[in-house]
Amino acid sequence: MTTVLDPPAQRRTTPGDRLTGLLKQRETGILLAFLLFLAVTTAINPRFLFSSDGWRDLTLTPAILVLLAVGQAMVIITRSVDLSVGSILALTAYLTGRLGLDTGLPVPVIVLVAVLAGVGLGLVNGLLVAFAKVPALVITLGTLYAYRGLMLQWAGSDRINASDIPDSLLRFGTSSILGIPKLALVSFLVLGVAAYLMRTSRPGRELYAIGSDPDAAHLYGLRVKSRILLAFATSGALAALAGVLYAARYGTISSGAGSGIELEAVGAAVIGGVAIFGGSGTVLGAAIGAYLLTTIDRGLPILGIPDFWQRAVVGLLILGAIVLDKVLAERQHRKLLAERDQT
Amino acid sequence: MPNASAGQAALELRDVAKSFGSVVALKSASLRAESGSIHALVGENGAGKSTMVKIVAGLYRRDAGDYLLEGRSVDFRSTADAKAAGVAVIYQEPTLFPDLSVTENIFMGRQPTRRWGRIDRRAMREEAVALFARLGVAVDPDRPAEGLSIADQQIIEIAKAISLQARVLVMDEPTAALSGNEVDRLMTVARTLRDSGCAVVFISHRFDEVFALCDTITVMRDGAYISTDPITEVTVDEVVRRLVGREVTELYPKQPAEIGDVLLEVRGLTQTGLFHDVDLTVRSGEIVGLAGLVGAGRSEVAQAVFGVDPYEAGEVRVGGTLLRGGNPVRAMELGLALVPEDRRKHGLVLDSSISRNVTMATQRRLSTAGLITTDAENTAARDWAARLSVKAAALDTLAGTLSGGNQQKVVLAKWLSTDPRVLIIDEPTRGIDVGTKAEVHRLLSSLAQQGLGILMISSELPEVLGMADRVVVLSEGRVTAELARGAATPESVMHAATASHTTHDPELAS
Repeated sequence: MTTVLDPPAQRRTTPGDRLTGLLKQRETGILLAFLLFLAVTTAINPRFLFSSDGWRDLTLTPAILVLLAVGQAMVIITRSVDLSVGSILALTAYLTGRLGLDTGLPVPVIVLVAVLAGVGLGLVNGLLVAFAKVPALVITLGTLYAYRGLMLQWAGSDRINASDIPDSLLRFGTSSILGIPKLALVSFLVLGVAAYLMRTSRPGRELYAIGSDPDAAHLYGLRVKSRILLAFATSGALAALAGVLYAARYGTISSGAGSGIELEAVGAAVIGGVAIFGGSGTVLGAAIGAYLLTTIDRGLPILGIPDFWQRAVVGLLILGAIVLDKVLAERQHRKLLAERDQT
Repeated sequence: MPNASAGQAALELRDVAKSFGSVVALKSASLRAESGSIHALVGENGAGKSTMVKIVAGLYRRDAGDYLLEGRSVDFRSTADAKAAGVAVIYQEPTLFPDLSVTENIFMGRQPTRRWGRIDRRAMREEAVALFARLGVAVDPDRPAEGLSIADQQIIEIAKAISLQARVLVMDEPTAALSGNEVDRLMTVARTLRDSGCAVVFISHRFDEVFALCDTITVMRDGAYISTDPITEVTVDEVVRRLVGREVTELYPKQPAEIGDVLLEVRGLTQTGLFHDVDLTVRSGEIVGLAGLVGAGRSEVAQAVFGVDPYEAGEVRVGGTLLRGGNPVRAMELGLALVPEDRRKHGLVLDSSISRNVTMATQRRLSTAGLITTDAENTAARDWAARLSVKAAALDTLAGTLSGGNQQKVVLAKWLSTDPRVLIIDEPTRGIDVGTKAEVHRLLSSLAQQGLGILMISSELPEVLGMADRVVVLSEGRVTAELARGAATPESVMHAATASHTTHDPELAS
């Protein structure tokens, strides 16, 4: 039982409290790891950061993965997972190219159509998960292959080349504002909006509630199904936006585009502190996770670590993050139980 | 049509029926709860109270009958509808989101918002603080719900109901897991709500609470309405007779058995947050009842003894041999068997046949060169199924399709086939109909006569009192009493079960 010792309502949070609170946050830890890696790599090779290419790559390369990781985080928070995002990215990137090539529609309309297509593909996932009651892992593994198959059927051995993509889109993909690539700005904007909504909107909080305890969410009268649909539709939309960025950035789209990137997105979210069983973590953490993953990918050769070890390092990071999560959760649980025993 | 007179009930159910497939959960339930009153709803386990609560809550939809709120007929499709209409329900087990803060738990789905749907966190927190102040409790509104005691979880549920400005509040056995002063706190809150014009429906098995708190009482039995009376016009005996509807004694065919050597000895078993310093002995031929409230740590102790869950300190001896923790296979070798509380989840493979389930624990013995034939399984299982008179069309019937009583027999057969010396059985008759209950009890009794030691965990007081040679009572994870059969009365057991460990209390320390 609680005792009437220190009514928490009257306790003021001091700046010191805030600092320890900040340090305890998972996002801070992962951000420090990222900065540390950046510092070490730059110390060995200053060009890694202090060259125009280095600086551009730092923010440009993760942009696509950040979008996927944000969508993935939202789905994982509801205790699901979306493995189909790589295939959605491929389909929508190809769609972007085809629309540019075949229709000559203005670029904003092309982007809108691509994103809507992503919403549609995401809704298919969401409907299957919410109504068929089959775990998302199985459903989206299915749609991963189904969407990729659709892509192969549609594109075949054909591929879109940079010359086929509307000039304005390609320029958007390579230009910067104030030294920050426009694609990175898009990912920042999406991240900002998503982080804000996940924290301060009812649907955002309900995603956390559903992931924390689906049965309780049902008892609360939350609209569980429509929220799950929302999460998957958003994930689909962000994967489609990532597809557009992919087209703008690389210019070349073959039927194998984005294969395997879904696992990087899951990895980024998990490394960034999104609990794989839902209910906790933030999209900001997932985005920082995406930064850490891509930057490690680029930095390991500079550190002299052979190619074939790079995958292993990423794997270790993911395992480390999951073990850390488990240990922290266990400790928190024990601490709360011990507190309860004392009172 | 009902007129809008002052005597109109806040909540009225008339002849409500509900079936699940072929199982009739409610035949004709009726209830009429007035504003500004606390209405008791009593009935045995399985009488249909919880089904009725779920219909009121909007979780189930009734098949037939009327459901009126302040005279208007309603038909809720979800709990959100019911909440919006001012109906709040506190379930037996509180349902909170462990990862989210206490404040968020109270306001989830209806947080105060500002422009563009932005949640007003400050207003929400202030309201939570105000709610707790009104309830006279100090709960940190920012802490996560994980790790809260059941009593505090219930306070959160009540805070939720108050913030809804509920006109009807249903509490489904809210005191089942509470200790004495926590119950007092809850009763004070219930009275405050009554005085503010709320209709409170209070479901409890504890008659002292019912008679102290409520002004009207409705009795249910076997899914049907039996009676409603002002509390002052009935006695406990009368109510018990109505809700049981039969003689109690014949249910417990306890045979005297010869009590022999100590078979199971537990000393100082401790796991932080779950149980502390638990001592237990079970002798050959003895049935030891492990009593206590929900959440007292009984099942946790049983699972730790069997090695399913870990323990930090203490020791377990089976027939004098030390059994180290965390090793159920060794526990089985030494002759322990555990029939778990939730047989559907932990006791059976629902999609497998009866014979496969029965032979699950003896597969190694039945296999030849690592392979098991269906024939071998059936031969072994047939014998056990017959001995326990499992009622099923065939041995290949899927376990999931059996009735609760027959499922329990299958689980029992599985464990008895391992030839155990000590049987730990958790809630042996939960969800089993009356006839089969007696069969299970007769079986336990005859097993004890054959020299088995039985540790029986049960929440049903009559079962504990009727079956046990000795009753060990746990409260908040500690043994608070050990009573011989003669000394175990409903009062003595309940008293020990609700004892709270105010070790910090200066009066006790001196």
